[in-house]
Amino acid sequence: MRISIGYIVNLRTLKMPVEDYQAVIGLEIHAQLQTKSKAFCPDATEYGMMPNTQVSPISLGHPGTLPKHNKSAVEYAVMMGLALDCDIREHNQYARKNYFYADLPKGYQITQDKTPICTNGAVDIITDGVKKRISLTRIHMEEDSGKSMHDQDIYDTLVDYNRAGTPLIEIVTEPEIRSGDEAYQFITEVRKLVRYLGICDGNMEEGSLRCDANISIMKKGTEVFGTKVEVKNMNSMSNVKRAIQFEIKRQADLLDQGETFISETRGFNPLDGSTFSMRAKEMANDYRYFPEPDLPPLIISDDWKNEIQSKMPMLPKAVSKKLREEMKLPEYDVEVISEDKQIAEYFLRIAEHTNNYKAAANWVMGSIKSYLNENAIPIERFEISPKAIAELILLIDDGKLSNSSAAQNVFPALAKNPNKDVLSLAQELNVIQTSDTDFIGGLIEAAFNKFPDKVEAYKNGKTNLLGLFVGEVMRGSQGKADPKVVNEEIRKRLD
Amino acid sequence: MKIDDKKIAELSHLAKLSFEGEEKEAIRKDLEKITGFCELLNEVDTTGVEPLIYLSDNVNVLREDQVKQDFTKEQALKNAPKADSDFFRVPKVINTARN
Repeated sequence: MRISIGYIVNLRTLKMPVEDYQAVIGLEIHAQLQTKSKAFCPDATEYGMMPNTQVSPISLGHPGTLPKHNKSAVEYAVMMGLALDCDIREHNQYARKNYFYADLPKGYQITQDKTPICTNGAVDIITDGVKKRISLTRIHMEEDSGKSMHDQDIYDTLVDYNRAGTPLIEIVTEPEIRSGDEAYQFITEVRKLVRYLGICDGNMEEGSLRCDANISIMKKGTEVFGTKVEVKNMNSMSNVKRAIQFEIKRQADLLDQGETFISETRGFNPLDGSTFSMRAKEMANDYRYFPEPDLPPLIISDDWKNEIQSKMPMLPKAVSKKLREEMKLPEYDVEVISEDKQIAEYFLRIAEHTNNYKAAANWVMGSIKSYLNENAIPIERFEISPKAIAELILLIDDGKLSNSSAAQNVFPALAKNPNKDVLSLAQELNVIQTSDTDFIGGLIEAAFNKFPDKVEAYKNGKTNLLGLFVGEVMRGSQGKADPKVVNEEIRKRLD
Repeated sequence: MKIDDKKIAELSHLAKLSFEGEEKEAIRKDLEKITGFCELLNEVDTTGVEPLIYLSDNVNVLREDQVKQDFTKEQALKNAPKADSDFFRVPKVINTARN
């Protein structure tokens, strides 16, 4: 969606630092829905396939073809709306947005103009510890275009239509964002949510999540909006932040120098963090929207809405709440674990097999996360089952395994043999601790015999010698004695 | 409706066409005829009449999310005015007008 506000600001002779301006930022986020097939035809939507192999007469806009809407795409859009407390529209229509461009084969994009599927709603963000609610204007459904490659050939632009017709939702915010940091947090939340819902993979580098920013600045304390500039093509969250920061500074400098600037579209150069002019909006684009007669209206009944709601997975907010309130995890753990849906799911599956939630959290945030990082794999491809981790925790809690043997011996061995039984693996590694008091008793006697003078000294009050005996017994057991039992048994004999 | 040069320029820009000389006069006449016809329709009182968008009463015509990929790249590229073995080729244009 494009809103053109063409105020020309001329603040001649005024010289003010950036802090004296208020940035007014609205974001438009396009999320590619993770359906198997396209929005209006059954072509595949897989990323990275050979060019023009996922096309059909419908996606290529051949005459006489008719679109037919993908049910999952509608349901995904509704899910996003429900997750963001939007109003879901009952009567939906589609519209044609007309413009000429080579990667848009029909000459129009199917979108929703006057009847976006979701309106209102909000995203809560936290920036530097401060909570803020960013209102949404709308979320509407539309289709993606093909891809043009301008730099592959000297004379021609090459076009690949694999992407053409992929279902998108466009999330449009109110101009309530005030800084690059807030924009960064907003995208982080949206990305987390689409990934939790499983409706978009959130990959900004591959373009499955894209962000355009409308940026203007105004003098603090005034109500006159500045000239709005749209920045496109920022392919990561940090680039969105950089682009916004650059643009605020650029606009402030221009106003300080008494210069005016025009409403235009600018691109972003990730190499130096600058924005550059792409195209002036000298003639307001006339998209000649009109209702798409080939797609019958879409009615979202309360029944259907409820059915979709019942299919929704647990959302980040609910996961955080469960971790914080039911499992009593510290706030840091809550944040780290709920950050990623797959990590949270893995954690919750360990928690199905153990009540020691803190230990489960430590495993996830410690050994498991380092293993994933070292091997550069996502947790979906981590082969140790959550149940095996719970078994490790149980062995430790029962005194059969020390924390360090569990992390340093059993865990790496388990990673190599994920299907092996945890206890037998620990036994093979010879790291199972014993609490057999006869075995331990024998080692204690041996230690006492080795240091008769130290036994005397302990009895005379040098109780800090306890550690020496424990160490001796642990050595004698080759680390297999349960230190807790060893402690108790020594004291029983000496105190 | 009188169609002036400005209107023709506007429409030509949107349609990516150009009209000069005789062609321009011809299209002006055609457009005036078309708009004249539409003005005739404007005389009908349509107060309270909903616009007719759809010719059937169908709603929610949806398909399940299933892939059916039986169209090949060769078929896709066959009718293109210019193509190589993988891509459609078009004159170089740099623009970002989309979405």
